[in-house]
Amino acid sequence: MRVALFATCLVDTVVPQVARATAVLLERLGHEVVVPAGQACCGQMHVNTGYRREAVPIVANHVRAFAGAEAVVAPSGSCVASIHHQQAMVARRAGEHGLADEAEALAARTYELSQFLVDVLGVTDVGAYYAHRVTYHPTCHSLRLLKVGDRPLQLLRAVRGLELVELPGAESCCGFGGTFSVKNSDTSTAMLTDKMANVLSTHAEVCTAGDSSCLMHIGGGLSRLRSGTRTVHLAEILASTEDAVSPDQTTRPAVTA
Amino acid sequence: MTTTPQDLRTDQTPLAPGAPRSGTTFLGLPTAPRGVGHLRGDRSFPDAARDALRDGQLRANLGHATQTIRGKRARVVAELPDWQQLRAAGSALKAATMARLDEHLEELERQVTARGGTVHWARDAAEANRIVTDLVRATGTDEVVKVKSMATQEIGLNEALEAAGIAAHETDLAELIVQLGDDKPSHILVPAIHKNRAEIREIFLRTMPRVDADLTDEPRRLAMAARSHLRERFLRARVAISGANFAVAETGTLAVVESEGNGRMCLTLPETLITVMGIEKLVPTWPDLEVFLQLLPRSSTGERMNPYTSMWAGVTPGDGPQDFHLVLVDNGRTAVLADEVGRQALHCIRCSACLNVCPVYERTGGHAYGSVYPGPIGAVLSPQLTGVEDNASLPYASSLCGACYDVCPVAIDIPSILVHLRAEHVEAQEKPTAESVAFKALARAMSSPRLWRLAQRAAGLGRLLARGRPTMPAALPFPASAWTRSRDLPTPPAESFTAQWAREHGGRS
Repeated sequence: MRVALFATCLVDTVVPQVARATAVLLERLGHEVVVPAGQACCGQMHVNTGYRREAVPIVANHVRAFAGAEAVVAPSGSCVASIHHQQAMVARRAGEHGLADEAEALAARTYELSQFLVDVLGVTDVGAYYAHRVTYHPTCHSLRLLKVGDRPLQLLRAVRGLELVELPGAESCCGFGGTFSVKNSDTSTAMLTDKMANVLSTHAEVCTAGDSSCLMHIGGGLSRLRSGTRTVHLAEILASTEDAVSPDQTTRPAVTA
Repeated sequence: MTTTPQDLRTDQTPLAPGAPRSGTTFLGLPTAPRGVGHLRGDRSFPDAARDALRDGQLRANLGHATQTIRGKRARVVAELPDWQQLRAAGSALKAATMARLDEHLEELERQVTARGGTVHWARDAAEANRIVTDLVRATGTDEVVKVKSMATQEIGLNEALEAAGIAAHETDLAELIVQLGDDKPSHILVPAIHKNRAEIREIFLRTMPRVDADLTDEPRRLAMAARSHLRERFLRARVAISGANFAVAETGTLAVVESEGNGRMCLTLPETLITVMGIEKLVPTWPDLEVFLQLLPRSSTGERMNPYTSMWAGVTPGDGPQDFHLVLVDNGRTAVLADEVGRQALHCIRCSACLNVCPVYERTGGHAYGSVYPGPIGAVLSPQLTGVEDNASLPYASSLCGACYDVCPVAIDIPSILVHLRAEHVEAQEKPTAESVAFKALARAMSSPRLWRLAQRAAGLGRLLARGRPTMPAALPFPASAWTRSRDLPTPPAESFTAQWAREHGGRS
């Protein structure tokens, strides 16, 4: 299959190794990966902060960039949820009905990575090797908006060498929440503290998830505490093999890009 | 465009009787007035939350209480195989009721009146307080007993009665604790959730006349102390004031759902009963209650059925209060109803499941929200009742995790309303703010691939500040400081992924 990779603005700009890992993984599974050059952002940050009118041209850019794509895959539950639940809504509210229809059609072909692997490609064993003790944080938008369920866990269980440990209080929000982390930084930090306490209680080396934004938050806190536990995106783990601990994969804290 | 009468009917936003009718333009519907009631705090949410987060005892009390109720709710909800259908039914019933609210309210008035009750219409908190105060005065008494009621908390009725020389005694245990402690409620269902039993014992010892000096913090002993304190008041009271969980339009029936029996005492013993109810709390028909009486107790207290469900219609000669008044309060509700996205907030049945599951509420408690309606539902209801600009920080008091939507028994999409109200706030600004300038500039960059690549390259220059370290300096200027105070920020790479990919693939996408 020819897969268009939507890196997402955050991954593309701050943690490019996550998009790289997604591409490497999909190619290893025998698919052609294209990275449309015109891509930027899904518009979620604008919509969720109250700038829904300003989000409309961002949505238009996204729809233009991925026009004609057979399938779009993004390593983010949150961005894919925004594409599914918000893009058409803000376009329609602005009276851009044509754009709304196009966004809806594109959303129907857009998948979060774990959903694409398990539901579309029908694989759970992607041939990965990752010899680390790992705990998984189900990010809120993956869990509640996209309902990815245990797909990421199915994928992780099939990774050779990986020891999966259950995260207590897994379904509690980590406190990121986009601009919430800045506008309500004290409350956000209080939520993060409890999430980190749970992560550290597992004695995992790595905390993984399907969203780089939440991982940047959890990882930023763990790094500040010099905890030694690092955050690694699900795509990076799935891209790792005996031959190549995935390109740009680091054994240092994951925030080191 | 041709419109059939049927279409016209559903397109129209329904209004409460007395509200201005102006075709389909609903600008300027009155919101809850300032200076009366408890819908506005005097500090922004982040500011108030900062203090609450430092209160270790509050954090411990809340953490323990919310986890306990959360677990109980989850267990009893899991017992019902048709829970999702019940939720859908509850949601549909509420939506249908709101679509013809004016008709149902008038039917309710007819039915209550026909059964010997008197219906009063209150445009806002001030009017409701005046009506109730006058009714109490007319009885010649200077004290009333109260059943726990959010509507009377919302309008600040106790303060209004006090100003008129009338003492209002709260009879719900938690509400009593709050009243005796000269405190404010912090939860819709458990107003004293922020207090533990040691603190409650201290309040009782300090404030209850004739309390046993050997009172311990054993829950049973505390309950017995409250019971004897209240019993005296129940037997003495000539007037009771209640809220209502539901009103049935077709029969004129009012319903109060409770756990302690204090409600039953108030609703049956006094000569006069005054019920204050928001106009959104009615259901059209008797069978509609079947759905809500299953949804409410499981969602609120985590019980299969609540211990006391009291229902009455008008006045029954020789049985219970012989004088019954129903005060229907708007106080901004019609304005909420006029908002296509936000009106769902009126479906709320005040169960507080969303508070108990909210990771923000769990840590800050209810006082930080400044309104009697805290938590996720408060963050969407309070700003709508007052107008968003009077509670502008509340729609942002959420990480949009969505746990509230999942547990809501009437499936109110709270995260979507929060996002909608954020936009209402942003769009209400007449002058540009630093934030709006930044977001507009970012939107321009994100809608043009050329500008976006430049912006990404500029962001990459941030790595120079890191001087080769994997993370950025912890001391960055505002607003980055709000992140870096507690979290490291990764140093951005020299090149974005899309730029690397284009280079490797010869500029092709």
